Amino acid sequence: MPPLTRWLVRTALVCFVAGLLLGVAMQVGAAREAFPLLAAAWPGYVHLLTVGWVTQLIMGVAFWLFPRTDRSRPAPPAWLGWTGYVLLNAGLLMRLAAEPAAMLDPATPLRNLLPLSALLQLAAACCFALLLWPRVRERAGDR
Amino acid sequence: MPRLSVWMVRTALVCLVAGFALGALILAARGMAEPPGFVARLRPLHVELLLLGWIVNLGFGVAYWILPARVDGTGRGAGLGAGAAFALLNAGVLLAGVGQALTAPAIVPLLGRAAEAAGAAAFAAHAWRRVRPYGATRRAT
Repeated sequence: MPPLTRWLVRTALVCFVAGLLLGVAMQVGAAREAFPLLAAAWPGYVHLLTVGWVTQLIMGVAFWLFPRTDRSRPAPPAWLGWTGYVLLNAGLLMRLAAEPAAMLDPATPLRNLLPLSALLQLAAACCFALLLWPRVRERAGDR
Repeated sequence: MPRLSVWMVRTALVCLVAGFALGALILAARGMAEPPGFVARLRPLHVELLLLGWIVNLGFGVAYWILPARVDGTGRGAGLGAGAAFALLNAGVLLAGVGQALTAPAIVPLLGRAAEAAGAAAFAAHAWRRVRPYGATRRAT
């Protein structure tokens, strides 16, 4: 397994466990009373599972298993994948921190992080799409 | 990778970027004091593009590529069922997602959801005979 795949898959597993633990905490009344932010954690929970877990796992496995590029179609630079990894997780973490606070208190300065988080995650999706696109190709004789 | 898988996986990647772009708009709007009204209507399209356009297209593409060949010696088959699944799924994503975003008459998203379901059934029918144990051969007649 290439190093990028190992980082993506392990981070995906962390997001999977963290997402489900957050789901548990959201259901516990005492936890919601102690941490009011949990009442606004639903979008974070959904994105931890769909972006952090599913999308990141897919990216890791696709980078590992999709057909290799050849001399006629050189591989995109490896930094594209690492950049996508960093941007995706930075954007996701930023969202997890800022979104519940912004939902409960619209005046919080943390709200200003949301557009940045949005931009980081969109840039990450573009990095991954560019990284994988050349490897999604037809092989002669494979119909 | 067969041509149909290439189409499916590349469509999935396009849906990934489009879905994230809409998600970015929606999230960025939450950071604004007065978000534009149209942004809230984009949410169903964001969900359709990512849950069906991204994940299901990718699943279809990889499954069509990697599932074992049919035991009757026809390889992956004629590809009509899987091709129809691809067309129906994506027509459904557009109809259901864009229909809800544009607040089209209720029949439009309904047709979209029906197309998605028909696409799922078409793919299941295609893949059914390719899901088999190791060493399976054609049953003696």
